This record gives sequence, structure tokens and C-alpha cells, in this order.
Amino acid sequence: MDFSLSEEHLMAQKMVRDFAQKEIYPTIKEYDRRQEMNPDVLPLMAKHGILGINIPVRYGGQGFDYLTLALACEELERVDTTLRVIMSVHVGLNSMALLQWGSEEQKQKYLVPQARGERYAAFCLTEPGAGSDVLSMQATARRQGDVYVLNGEKMWISLATKAHHFLVVARTANDKESHNLTAFIVTHDMKGVTTGDIHGKLGVRAGSTGWVAFSDVEVPVENRLGEEGEGFYVAMSCLDNGRYTVAAGAVGLIRACLEDSVKYAHSRTTFGKPIAEHQLIKQKIALMQQWYDAGKLLVMRSGWMKNMGQRNTRETSMAKWYATDHSVQAALEAIQVHGAYGFSDEYDVERYLRNAKGGVIYEGTSEIHQLMQADYALEFRHDRPLRRELPAYDAAFWQAEADKMPNR
Amino acid sequence: MHVVVITKSTPDKEAKITVNASGVVTWGDAQMVINPWDEYSVTEAILLKEAHGVKTTALAIGPEVHNDALKQALAMGVDEAVRVWDDGMEGQDSLGYANAAAAAIRKLGDVDLVLFGKEFMDVGTDAHIFQTARKLGWPMLGSYLKILSVDFAGKTISLDRLLEEGKQTVTSKLPAIASLAQDINEPKYPSFMGIRKASKATIPVWSSADLGIGEQALGNSAFVRTTAFANLPAWEGSVQIIDGTSDQDKADKLVARLIEEKIL
Repeated sequence: MDFSLSEEHLMAQKMVRDFAQKEIYPTIKEYDRRQEMNPDVLPLMAKHGILGINIPVRYGGQGFDYLTLALACEELERVDTTLRVIMSVHVGLNSMALLQWGSEEQKQKYLVPQARGERYAAFCLTEPGAGSDVLSMQATARRQGDVYVLNGEKMWISLATKAHHFLVVARTANDKESHNLTAFIVTHDMKGVTTGDIHGKLGVRAGSTGWVAFSDVEVPVENRLGEEGEGFYVAMSCLDNGRYTVAAGAVGLIRACLEDSVKYAHSRTTFGKPIAEHQLIKQKIALMQQWYDAGKLLVMRSGWMKNMGQRNTRETSMAKWYATDHSVQAALEAIQVHGAYGFSDEYDVERYLRNAKGGVIYEGTSEIHQLMQADYALEFRHDRPLRRELPAYDAAFWQAEADKMPNR
Repeated sequence: MHVVVITKSTPDKEAKITVNASGVVTWGDAQMVINPWDEYSVTEAILLKEAHGVKTTALAIGPEVHNDALKQALAMGVDEAVRVWDDGMEGQDSLGYANAAAAAIRKLGDVDLVLFGKEFMDVGTDAHIFQTARKLGWPMLGSYLKILSVDFAGKTISLDRLLEEGKQTVTSKLPAIASLAQDINEPKYPSFMGIRKASKATIPVWSSADLGIGEQALGNSAFVRTTAFANLPAWEGSVQIIDGTSDQDKADKLVARLIEEKIL
């Protein structure tokens, strides 16, 4: 078993790390306080190719593998959760769904500009009255000739007011069966689409979270993603990818807590010695290291399975549950290490805690993941093959045309 | 038209660096990065490539660890990379380094301009830059702020240099050596395509024999050797809070104390 990362992985990881540290970190506290998204973030991530990092070159991306996506998410959330959230919705929940389920025409029309960062993308599943209980969603899409007429409202949508493309799941029949949901590609400029931001969140304050409403929006039939009635499976496969990015990001958040705590523990002195020499501080450091190592290994396993083309719903769920739960724990411990200073925004650890809390709620609450894990173990739950699986990473296919393109 | 940029790997700025009694610098297992000043010179080379279509080559003198810097330069957009080293070069001084660098530049053959960063961050010196220019017999344009114009066909360059007294504008014939004053541009990030190219690159290694320089570049013929080194004594400080009835009172006490300690 080879746990080593390739030179390509390490260089990409370093590039994203340097980018996040130099371009984003210096102003993150200011934007977090103002509850605004830095307007430079999306254009900068686009410029450097991060928004298409694991999409094949032929579809406008950079042609790296799924592990690189996780490494990037870790580095981004090491600086701030809002950066990783962008990757979760733009890449994990939307672009990868187009890669998996989209027709060639849909890929050319929507995936290519998304991977190039010319268009931003979001994912619309949750509603004001339907979160974990996906099948209770109220949004409807009625077929009328060559269009579906879309009505409803989606809530807690990251990049709601920034995205050009939405992947929307709506009900195409009235009863509560999974095969009555259908997925659509909706653009922000279609008549009847309105959006707004939500403020007053506990965390991810430097990000864009909002609502998207659809009022008699006529969505062309060719914008249907997958077959009619296949939307539940499309949505669940999206979550396999979104949760992967959330897990990887949470590992970065744990690392942020660990690194900041180590630095503070060496510099802060009590009772005549650095607090790093106090045993109960050492315990907190050790726990954070343990959570980081275990979380990272779970994420890497999931990434390896994606690279191999293996179904990874259970493994990704486990990684997401473990890493996000322990990112909250790590942030609590990091604040404790920092004492009163950790309780103020003079240091970053209070932001880590506020940001971490969202991760145990979105993309499947920790409780949902516990039920999933139990049901797998009890053999109540089995994954059936999908009509379209996420393609295995094939370097030759992913990188084709790469050598003909100039450096960007 | 060919621009060469000289680089090396140095420890990450977060590395804990120690120097033993023999003067040997160690940084444990700290990550190596491209010499931070070279991010600017590599960017300068790439900007010249973009503006004039010149060929760009990154050159490092040293063991395999310096491939990291060369690959970073390739990932940023430099066309080619070459490393110069053999075991006999271990322990070379700055003059030995300059001999090797000059020989490699001659071997490249068609070089118009050689760029250096401000200095090598790990050893804190720029002596090798001037010595390289001397060995080549080329003009040395140190501490430049901005290239104003360059005519590769006409073999001339014009640039602004930073002096202690101000700014100086000079013109020079090419080929020439130029070193950057400081952080004069916005360093380019590696592109993902560049990273892929760099990670697949096999960097050629030229030995002293390949360059025909023999003992001039070897460690055992170095003119300058470190015979001893003592670290600075560890700094010990304490904090004292000055109380007072008002800000003026506190300021007066602070000034009195600074005078007493002969700081003012």
C-alpha cells in the first residue's frame, strides 16, 4: 500500500496553500466581520484554475485527479471555510455532477465555462421546509411541451447571488417517491429566477449563502440533467462529491486548529514555562493530531476510491461525519489552548469554531451520517449501481490536449 | 534571444535554522522552497518571455534538493531548467560557485541576459552575483527596480537601479548580468499546467567535467572556508507595565526610564 503523494500532488497543494495564504488570509478577518464575500475571491480562484482543478482539460479544467481536489480543499479551509464552500458547490455538487450525468452538449455548454471559471455554479436541493428529508421538497417542475415550468424556493444555497448556473432538483410528480424527482440546469438569467443573501449566520460569514426562488421559470427540456424521475439519484451522487470536499476541508480546519495551537503553546508562558510543557495542553495537541491524521486518512481513502471509479458513498459519509465532528472538537480545544485570547477575534480560533459548526449540519447532518453508517453495518442499506457512475480518473483522458495548451 | 535566471532551494521561512560550531547550517526536515527573492527574478524572466518571446532557462548550482527550485520555476512558466553539480563541488565558496555558474552560462551559448534575485536568503549574500559577472566579463547591473526597455536584437538594455541616494537610470550592452533590488513585481503563481510539465520534467545535470572547469569550482580548492561559528546568545527579555495617573504621567515615566537605561 502506497500512502505517498506524487510530486504533482505536492506542487498543486503548495500552489493552493500559497494562494490562500497570500491572497485571502490578509483580509479574511475583515470580510468575516462585515459578513461580506471578498469580491476578488471567485475571480482569483478562477484565474488560477482552482475552480476546474479536477475537471478534464477537454472540458476546460486542469486535469488533476480527485485526490488533488481534496488537497486543495484542505488548504483552502485551512485559511477559511468560505473558500472550501466555493469548491463544494461549484466543483463537488455541480461541475462533477455535469461530468457524471451530463450529455456531451451539456458539458460543452455548461461544464466548460464552469471549469474555466467563466461561470460560477451552485446546487439547489434544500428548501425552507425540506433539509435532511429530501423527499418532502415542494418545488415542482411541470412538463409543458418542450419546457418544464419550475416553481418553488430553495434555501441555504451557497453562492446563491453569485452563481450563473444552478443545478436544481424539483418534483415532477406529486407523490413522495424518489423516482418523482428530476434534476435541471437553470441559469440565473432565465425569466422568473430571483435570488437573495442570508445574513446573521453563526459562521461562514465571509461567504455567500442565500435563497433562490423560481416563479414559472421555463426550463428547456435539453436542460434536464439525467432522465425524468432520476433526480433523487443525481442529488445523492452530488452529495457523494460535495461531502468529499466538506470532509477534506474539515481536515484543513482541524489542521488550522492544531497549527495555531502549537504556535501559541510555544509562545505563551504560565507558571514559569511555555504552556506547551503542561500535560493537559499536550493532551489537547495530541487529540488534534489524532483527529487530523484519522480524518485525512479517511478522506484519502475516499479520494483513492473515486480515482479508481469505485462507489464510495459509505466511505465518503464516514469521512464527512468524522472530520466535521472533530473539526468542531478541535476548534473548541484550540480556543481552550488560547484561553481568553481564543475567546476574542484577536486570534483566528473563534472563527474556526463558528465555521466548523456549519459542517456538522450541511451536506447531511452528523445524525444522518450515523444512521447511514448503522444501516450499512446492519445491512439495511445497500448501494445499487447508478445508470451513470462518476468516471474513474484516467490521466490520459483527463490530460488530453493539455500539452497543446499554453501556461495560463 | 535567451534569458537565464539563477535560482536555488532554500529552507521555508518557518524553518528552525541552527548553525553548529563549524558553521554548518542545518534546518532539520523543513520544507525547501524556491529562494524567496528568486520568485521575483523568475517572474521577471517570464515577463520578458511574454513580451519579447525569448527563451528562458532556470539554472541552479547544487545537489538534487535544488531541483525543487528549478521545478518551481518551470511550473511558473520558465521553458527549461539545468542543474550543475558533482560531489567535488561540495564545500565550494562563492568564487567556486561563480566559476560554475559562468561556465554553465557559456555552455548554454546564446545567453543575452542573466537574472538573479536580490540575494540568496539562506546564506544572506550576493557576492556570487558580482563574481559571476566578473568571471564572464559582462556588465553587472545590480539592484535594479525596473527594466525600462530591452532590445535583444540591438543588444541593449535600459533600467532603473536603486541606490542609497535615490534612483539611477542606466543603459548597458547585452549580454549582461542583472540582479533585482527587492520585491519589484507580483510573483507569478505556478499554473496547474506548469505543475504538470514540471513534475514530468527530467532536469539535466552538468558536472564540472562537462563544463571543463576542474578545480576552479571544487570545494577542496575553495579560497574561503568557515573555521568556527558561534550563535548569537539567546535573547532574554521581560515585560514591565508602567503605571501612572494619566497618559502624560505614564509617558513621563517611560521617557525617564528610557533615559535611565541609556536608550534615549
